[in-house]
Amino acid sequence: MDNIGYYPGCSLLGTAKEYEQSIRHVFSKLGINLIEVDDWSCCGATSAHATNHLLSVALPMRNIILAKKQGLKSLFIPCAACYNRFVVARYEIENRPELRKKIEDVLEEKIETDIEILNMIEMFQRIDRELFLSKRQRDLKGLKVAAYYGCLLVRPNGVTGFDDPEMPSAMEDVVRLTGAETVDWNFKVECCGASHSITNMTVVTTLSKRIIDDAVENGAEAIIVACPMCHSNLDMRQRNIAKMDSQHKSIPIFYLSELVGFSMGIDKEDLGLSLHFIDTESVLARFSTAIVAKE
Amino acid sequence: MMRIGVFVCHCGENIGKTVDCPKIAKEAVKLPNVVYSIDYKYMCSDPGQNMIKQAILEHKLNAVVVASCSPHMHEKTFRKACAAAGLNPYMCEIANIREHCSWVHDNVEEATKKALDLIRMTVERVKFNYPLSEIRVPVTRRALVIGGGIAGIQATLDIAGAGFKVILVEKEPSIGGHMSQLSETFPTLDCSQCILTPRMVEVYQHPNVKLYTYSEVENVEGFIGNFKVTIRKKARSIKESLCTGCGLCVQKCPIKKAPSEFDEGLANRPAIYVPFPQAVPNIPVIDRTVCTYFKTGKCQLCKKVCGRDAIDYDQKDELVTEDVGAIIVATGYKLYKIDKKARDSLVKGYGEYGYGKYKDVIDGLQFERLASASGPTSGEILRPSDKKQPKKVVFIQCVGSRDPSKGFEYCSKICCMYTAKHAMLYKHKVHDGEAYVFYMDIRAGGKGYEEFVRRAIEEDRVKYIRGRVSRIYEKRGKYIVKGEDTLSGVPVEIEADMVVLATAIVAQPEAPKLAQTLGIPYDKYGFYAEVHPKLRPVESSSGGIFLAGACQSPKDIPESVAMASAAASKALVLFGNEMLEREPIVAKVNENTCVGCFYCKKVCAYNAIELKEIRDKKGNLVKVIASVNTGLCQGCGTCNATCPSKSIELIGFNDEQIYYQIKAL
Amino acid sequence: MSDSKFEPKIMAFVCNWCTYTGADLAGTSRMKYQSNVRMIRVPCTGRIDPMFIIKAFESGADGVLVSGCHPGDCHYTAGNFHARRRWILFRQLLKFVGIDDDRVFFSWVSASEGKKWVDVINEITDTVRTKGPFVNYQNLNKEFTLNG
Repeated sequence: MDNIGYYPGCSLLGTAKEYEQSIRHVFSKLGINLIEVDDWSCCGATSAHATNHLLSVALPMRNIILAKKQGLKSLFIPCAACYNRFVVARYEIENRPELRKKIEDVLEEKIETDIEILNMIEMFQRIDRELFLSKRQRDLKGLKVAAYYGCLLVRPNGVTGFDDPEMPSAMEDVVRLTGAETVDWNFKVECCGASHSITNMTVVTTLSKRIIDDAVENGAEAIIVACPMCHSNLDMRQRNIAKMDSQHKSIPIFYLSELVGFSMGIDKEDLGLSLHFIDTESVLARFSTAIVAKE
Repeated sequence: MMRIGVFVCHCGENIGKTVDCPKIAKEAVKLPNVVYSIDYKYMCSDPGQNMIKQAILEHKLNAVVVASCSPHMHEKTFRKACAAAGLNPYMCEIANIREHCSWVHDNVEEATKKALDLIRMTVERVKFNYPLSEIRVPVTRRALVIGGGIAGIQATLDIAGAGFKVILVEKEPSIGGHMSQLSETFPTLDCSQCILTPRMVEVYQHPNVKLYTYSEVENVEGFIGNFKVTIRKKARSIKESLCTGCGLCVQKCPIKKAPSEFDEGLANRPAIYVPFPQAVPNIPVIDRTVCTYFKTGKCQLCKKVCGRDAIDYDQKDELVTEDVGAIIVATGYKLYKIDKKARDSLVKGYGEYGYGKYKDVIDGLQFERLASASGPTSGEILRPSDKKQPKKVVFIQCVGSRDPSKGFEYCSKICCMYTAKHAMLYKHKVHDGEAYVFYMDIRAGGKGYEEFVRRAIEEDRVKYIRGRVSRIYEKRGKYIVKGEDTLSGVPVEIEADMVVLATAIVAQPEAPKLAQTLGIPYDKYGFYAEVHPKLRPVESSSGGIFLAGACQSPKDIPESVAMASAAASKALVLFGNEMLEREPIVAKVNENTCVGCFYCKKVCAYNAIELKEIRDKKGNLVKVIASVNTGLCQGCGTCNATCPSKSIELIGFNDEQIYYQIKAL
Repeated sequence: MSDSKFEPKIMAFVCNWCTYTGADLAGTSRMKYQSNVRMIRVPCTGRIDPMFIIKAFESGADGVLVSGCHPGDCHYTAGNFHARRRWILFRQLLKFVGIDDDRVFFSWVSASEGKKWVDVINEITDTVRTKGPFVNYQNLNKEFTLNG
């Protein structure tokens, strides 16, 4: 069994509980042992990076030091905001010796950055295709979804180095393994208004509406995400969108791990699908019975 | 036995004020091998030079040291004076006691001491000088021009007009290059083909021009004045001497749907085709990749209809060699195709613009073909997808240019102007249409250029928006162009009917390969490098190879033409003499000690090191050693310092000369 | 000779096209610098053999300067790059041959940098003056001469 470090971050214990649940179930089924970082703390994504630069680098570094002490070689960070903070902080430490010294003074620890940091999609990319397919119990053929990356996974591209910042395609490759179809659409990396989620809801509803509308227009029945911020904005705010536009057609928003989990036949409750604001049954019902028995 | 004379110049007060010249003249004569020494007020004056000449004769001097100003000032003067007295000019050396001594120091005692040191060092050095003579190389007075675009045409006509033979090689079936594809040209809006076609015909008819179309330079050997060039004449499948250009074969060819290169894929052509009606030469070529006969062995319709029996399916590539003395490289540019992100490409690409995915998102050259009276729409601006007239067109500048994060760092230079021209042409043809231009800056430096752009904005009401475009996507038959207006700080969305991208000018993909064949340097983008960006802009660092047009960097037509004429005049300077003379400061191999490790070859920037076989009397190979091609060697001496067995010397700056100079410190 | 009166000998190996011309410019501009330097002109820094530097110390130099065109400006395209590579290696060997590596200096001085040449020479002269004479080789020379 593979051991991989795991940093859940705060969202996965709160608004994105279903993300955490689905991840745990999916990876245990895939034979990967997620080892949570002991005594992990905030990554600084919420406000540190906007208010205190030193803190915004020191916080991820503290967690990296803890992970290294635990002997972890890779660190899986499912929340895109946390992932972004970690890779940005690592980049800064590796490229600014004076900052490294400062942070080492603050943390009173020596920093070593040789740890692999993986986002949700990269985790699935590590899985052997055959293994993945062997665990699949439902073929989601006929389900049309739009893969939505948001901003934090692919930007700044020089730092994350993950996929193409304007035309990414890695998530689609994973989605297709479930049998679902991915639609060609235009808003894969457009802003959902994440940071205004609470402070300026009009911005969020306007931006989220555009994303959902384009997905629907291009034939998507659901949107797949790998970020708690994307999920909460797109899922939670559809009620407000409906208030704004009576014609609005609601569509469910799935975490990538939920979709994969569903295709692996994991129980819907275990995946936390009932925790969504937008009903998920509308698109999943037709596959619910189709579990392929495997020995 | 060395008999050295030392001549100390006062340079009026310039040296004399801080250096005690009479004293050092007296001291110098005490140096070993110095048999004569004198000081004089102005050594470079006629009486001064006569003193040197007389002393050489009277005292039988076989080496001379002049302590005076910098060798960059008067080395030539004094060497000439020596030569006039029968002494080999390379037996004269300068000790720089003005720029490096009297002018930079105040203390007379210190300056005098230093001046004497410098003289002593130079005396030690000159002991190891030996007579040298200028290297003379014969010059083949014929030129090769590679590339038959406007730059190549201009260079060809200039050289041919001066009375020398020119060989023009063009890889396409016709000369004319990109300029023949253009509709109108900025800033005068005169028709491109109207001004170009006569020049193409002139090339074809000129008695001094030998034209190879559908041909490529395969190999180049030799050096300045003496190149041997191998040219590959690709098989046209037509006997050129028999073809009259009647065009019957083209009409009858059953294949009609091959995308036309000349029309940038906006129209089709047959398998046997002439790229465009004004093509020079007006001889068709068979595209063997689409021709039915070459694919299935059947058809031969063109052969049947040809009254002259000019079709030759069995024609093979032919290799011809030509001797030339100068080469002008004018291979031009390509437009950066943003749809394909090539492997190993320097740039990340602009997939989000939908080029290649949406038919109505086109590039600048495609728009030229749409606007051209000879183009697929006869000059009407129509969308490629549905042939409808677009009412709203967005032009985007700097697609790939000036973009270090996703594209190329450099400015493609001509896009500001041609975009203004495109928008203007569009407005002239579609009166109720709207034209938008997204730009970063408007760079309109050039005669009449700024006025031209102003005209587009003010008279033709083209709407300029300063900002970048983030994405283009299709929505119900329209193209949504999402961008930013940075002047008012708001996001902009335009529902366009057609989008024209001013994609970056890039070097020809085969440019590095040709550069390696020619032995000329190129930059990381594949543009050829000039020797000096300001003072020698049309010369490559390889002697006798000159650059013209956009193969060196993005250029517009007037600049390409000017550069081509400059390159032609450089070639003509070379042809001005039958023999080429140059300083003998070149490397020389000691054949006895060279072991043939070829480290010298690795460090030589000029490909001047060649392999030489040493054989015994019976013809058995003894060893392979290095040999210097004095035509190519520029005399930097890097090989001399690199050679582990000290078997290669830089004449004029050899180890002994320098070591003895050091020892005299 | 007391230390306060010590005047160092500096040998400079310079390329013909950039630094030599830059030093000419310092002259034509009548800038002043200390007179301790003796220059040897070579076509290109690529011509400079590391042995030149050792020989210079052997011949009584207290400090050695190598100066050429700025990277990318070489008259011969790439000579100064070869020179630079050579020095990177040579520097590590200096200690081995008994030369303090802070007696060997490298600089890029272009044909337009007369002022820079003046600054470089003054700085080097001052540095070497504080370091004192380079006696390692001179003593060796003496020994060899005494022993015949």
